Amino acid sequence: MPKWALRLAGLSYLGVLLAAPVGLVFWRTFEHGVGPAWDSVTTPAAKHAFVVTVLIAAIAVPANTIFGVVCAIAIVRRRFIGKGIVNALVDLPLALSPVVVGLAFLLLYGRQGWFGSWFTDHGIQVVFALPGMVLVTIFVSLPFVVREVVPVLREIGTEQEQAASTLGASPFQTFARVTLPAIRWAVAYGVVLTTARALGEFGAVSVISGHIVGKTETMTLHVEERFQSFDYVGAYAASVVLALLAIATLLAMNLFRPNEATR
Amino acid sequence: MAIVAQSVTKRFGEFTALEDVSIEVAAGSLTALLGPSGGGKSTLLRVIAGLERPDAGRVLIEGEDMTRRPAQKREVGFVFQHYAAFKHMTVRENVAFGLRIRKRPRNEIRDRVNELLDLVQLTGLAERYPAQLSGGQRQRMALARALAVEPKVLLLDEPFGALDARVRKELRAWLRRLHDEVHVTTIFVTHDQEEAMELADQIVLMNAGHVEQVGGPRELYEEPANEFVMTFVGPVNRLGDEFVRPHDIELRLEPNGKSSSRATVERVLHLGFEVRVELRLEDGRELHAQVTREEAERLELAPGSEVFVRPRHTRVFALES
Repeated sequence: MPKWALRLAGLSYLGVLLAAPVGLVFWRTFEHGVGPAWDSVTTPAAKHAFVVTVLIAAIAVPANTIFGVVCAIAIVRRRFIGKGIVNALVDLPLALSPVVVGLAFLLLYGRQGWFGSWFTDHGIQVVFALPGMVLVTIFVSLPFVVREVVPVLREIGTEQEQAASTLGASPFQTFARVTLPAIRWAVAYGVVLTTARALGEFGAVSVISGHIVGKTETMTLHVEERFQSFDYVGAYAASVVLALLAIATLLAMNLFRPNEATR
Repeated sequence: MAIVAQSVTKRFGEFTALEDVSIEVAAGSLTALLGPSGGGKSTLLRVIAGLERPDAGRVLIEGEDMTRRPAQKREVGFVFQHYAAFKHMTVRENVAFGLRIRKRPRNEIRDRVNELLDLVQLTGLAERYPAQLSGGQRQRMALARALAVEPKVLLLDEPFGALDARVRKELRAWLRRLHDEVHVTTIFVTHDQEEAMELADQIVLMNAGHVEQVGGPRELYEEPANEFVMTFVGPVNRLGDEFVRPHDIELRLEPNGKSSSRATVERVLHLGFEVRVELRLEDGRELHAQVTREEAERLELAPGSEVFVRPRHTRVFALES
């Protein structure tokens, strides 16, 4: 196939499947000017949904980043019983439908659930509330950091770490000064994926949140709710906000990127 | 003794890497751990460094029992075959690493690093990253990094193994000079007998997890303890139970006593100063001799010509049980 044909095929694929839908959302949002769009994302419900979404991501992403790095080091560097099971369990969220995840958490933490009754006795509301939404978001976005970091850890090997220890570095100093800088790109990419997943999660959150407008509604749920109410500008405008959040995440990562030419 | 290993045994699952190995290394010496791959020499070095924990035995450095002490606290310098450079740090930062861990004052670190970069001839490359250096430069950086913390002993694991032949020779000569200057007790691992002979004061020849012989380069070559040592440290011909070095074979045009026998020249290879002569004895056995160019010319050696061979010096080893 000639080069131009290959390029054309690639570009049209990306155009039809990626650029067109996103472009259309932007177009429909600002069809009648910035005014109506701005009004619809500054309603109390929309603003609340925005805060809930960011709050959930702000808890889920750091939690999964720390867990992901520790878990990846355990999988690659340590030998322990049940390692195969841990390795397989990490992938479970990728295989399970989010709706099933939401349902499982509903059963577990609901009033009759195994853990739910304990929380109810102690006056903590998990389902149809923020704690439940955070839990399912952590669950669905758990594999990304682990899966990005594991292959990089394997590739860098243990010699740099051993060299650091012969030079007098403690295990923590070795981790902070040698291991972490070596895996930082994998961690950063894992964080981007985790953030994207946390911001965009719909199914699991939809089941566990109970859709209470102004209380347990995230941006994705808000988009759906606006859409069902025939408020298309509201739905599109909220979608644009979600897209901008994702773009901001990517840009933030790029700000930290060092000058590649020196590597 | 700067370094003592006593009855060290190390197993990896079913495989025994070291079986009751004991060595002693004198302060300020340059010792080679020589042997074929899989012979246990790298494992022994890593046990001394604290990177592997022995199943039995003890390790003493400057008289102190180090067996239970982690690598971090042993004060050894270790250089890896594949450099183990910290890729995200510049050459300067790599060399300064150990000093920074020890929280030395800034000025002291700067001066010490400059001094070491000078010693390993990398002064102009201090701000580069390892990826921008050649293999030989990376290894010199790794050496400076190990020396920066003034280790009690310096351990080098196949330090030139990943380099091409020319750079290897250069670095070899350079390491010898460096050792004469710095005088730190050094052990290096190699599978190259020429490298061991050229560099070391003492050679520990290892095979299959145990020590075959310990001695100076000359001692190993001239007084090999067994068949393995004889065949490992240089080329050898085997005639029945007897072993003879190619340069210990005398070639003549006439018979010379009882021990001389008739042979036919099969090939004559000119290797610069030396000439390698491949011969076939009357009974069909093959052997090769090493003679000087003058001698080859005097005897007019050519394929098909007949000569009489006499081993000047042979060696017989008792069968190993």
